[in-house]
Amino acid sequence: MYSKEHKEYLKKIKRSNFLVRLTQIALIVLFIFIWQYAADNNLINTFIASSPKSIIKTIISLYKDGSLFHHIWITFYEVIISFLIGTIGGIIIATILWRFKFISRVLDPYLTILNSLPKVSLGPIIIIIAGASTKSIIIMALFISVIVTIINVHQAFTSTDESKIRLLKSFKAKPYQIYFKLILPSNYKNLISSCKVNIGLVFIGVIMGEFLVSKAGVGYLIMYGSQVFNLNLVMTGIILLAIMASLMYYLIVFIEKRLTK
Amino acid sequence: MNILKVKNLRKIYHTKNNEILAVDNFSLNLKQGEFIAIVGPSGCGKSTVLSILCGLDKASSGTIEIDPNLKFGYMLQGDNLFDWRTIYKNCLIGLELENKLTKENIEYVNNLLDTYGLQDFKKAYPNNLSGGMRQRVSLIRTLATKPDILFLDEPFSALDYQTRLAVSDDVYKIIKKEKKSAIMVTHDLSEAISMADRVIVMSPRPSKIKSIYEIKLTGKSTPIQNRKAKEFAYYYDKIWKDIDYHV
Repeated sequence: MYSKEHKEYLKKIKRSNFLVRLTQIALIVLFIFIWQYAADNNLINTFIASSPKSIIKTIISLYKDGSLFHHIWITFYEVIISFLIGTIGGIIIATILWRFKFISRVLDPYLTILNSLPKVSLGPIIIIIAGASTKSIIIMALFISVIVTIINVHQAFTSTDESKIRLLKSFKAKPYQIYFKLILPSNYKNLISSCKVNIGLVFIGVIMGEFLVSKAGVGYLIMYGSQVFNLNLVMTGIILLAIMASLMYYLIVFIEKRLTK
Repeated sequence: MNILKVKNLRKIYHTKNNEILAVDNFSLNLKQGEFIAIVGPSGCGKSTVLSILCGLDKASSGTIEIDPNLKFGYMLQGDNLFDWRTIYKNCLIGLELENKLTKENIEYVNNLLDTYGLQDFKKAYPNNLSGGMRQRVSLIRTLATKPDILFLDEPFSALDYQTRLAVSDDVYKIIKKEKKSAIMVTHDLSEAISMADRVIVMSPRPSKIKSIYEIKLTGKSTPIQNRKAKEFAYYYDKIWKDIDYHV
């Protein structure tokens, strides 16, 4: 049993958490309401700013002609594939750089340049080489995410506590043992946070790719909408993206919680 | 009987702009069951000697003679326990690395944990243990691979004074009970005098052996008791003057 003061304390925390949640929900509801109100009373140009109602209508009509989940699925598929390849590939390359200092020293300036290069500029080349297909989109997303992954993960690996490495070496540990017993588990948190960054970056890459070449996907919806001046469609696309991005973020948080248990 | 013979050890550190002679002309014999403490001003290369002895570092010249059947155990400053492993798993890491997770070895580790008051913490994680207990776990981790010679590199410097006294007493008892030989580097003179059979004083860099003291205390027992011996102050005074600290 807790003391009265402790119960009071717990209640206080609960109350403040509840208040934060409540305000968050109130904000979004208020925003939607004002938006709709402004649209109904011609305070804003609905042709440009759209309105919540017409966005919902657009979503319903997309759903009815069966293309809503098709577009979402295409984008989702591209994101997941590039995320998996980007993260796993990035970690593998970072591991090689950690193990072979020579390679890491040689590649260092190239990584830095590639990292600061705006990757969109590679778009035309990617399209010419890989063709106007899903492949190009995934390559685009990979370019954006993998360099950052390599740099972040390598940085984390090399800053592992030196005296713990010495400890393992005093037991005559081999490099692969140091890697699996120390480097990977001690950087677990860094790997997860790198995943969180990655999912965002991959999203940017995929949408950018869809802007450049695509016949389907949420990015395609937005691009198509803007070309035919259907701003409802553009707004719908953006809302869909926001929902997808937050879902994927929470998916990672969920997996993280599962793994740390 | 000497189990370890070091002769004319010399270590040069190379940097781009300079070379630094860290240790010069270091010779030492370690007897079976003996406890040697190395003291000296900070930065004099005490730790360097240890890491060379246990093979983490290479000597620039000199010879180290050792029976190839003998095993080393190295205990570093700080406990370096792995937060994501339980106490039990932490103790097994050495055996895991050496592929010696046999039934009797695991039994041995379990015994050590039981004997030294950690039986209830096997499934706990390091974060839940006090500094003194963590240090004991760290010693058991070292002992798990059954080393014959222990190298202790300022093993207690991360602890506060009270814990430090208690833990050094503990560790000393464990080492003596398990009949290990040990070389300990420390900057704490009373720790050195109270624990060691011999104290080696090193000079500032390039460090050489300045003098060696055989510690003969009347009624020699555990480190805390030893601090009360009547010769304690005498040794302390002599070694203090020998080291010649300049602030």
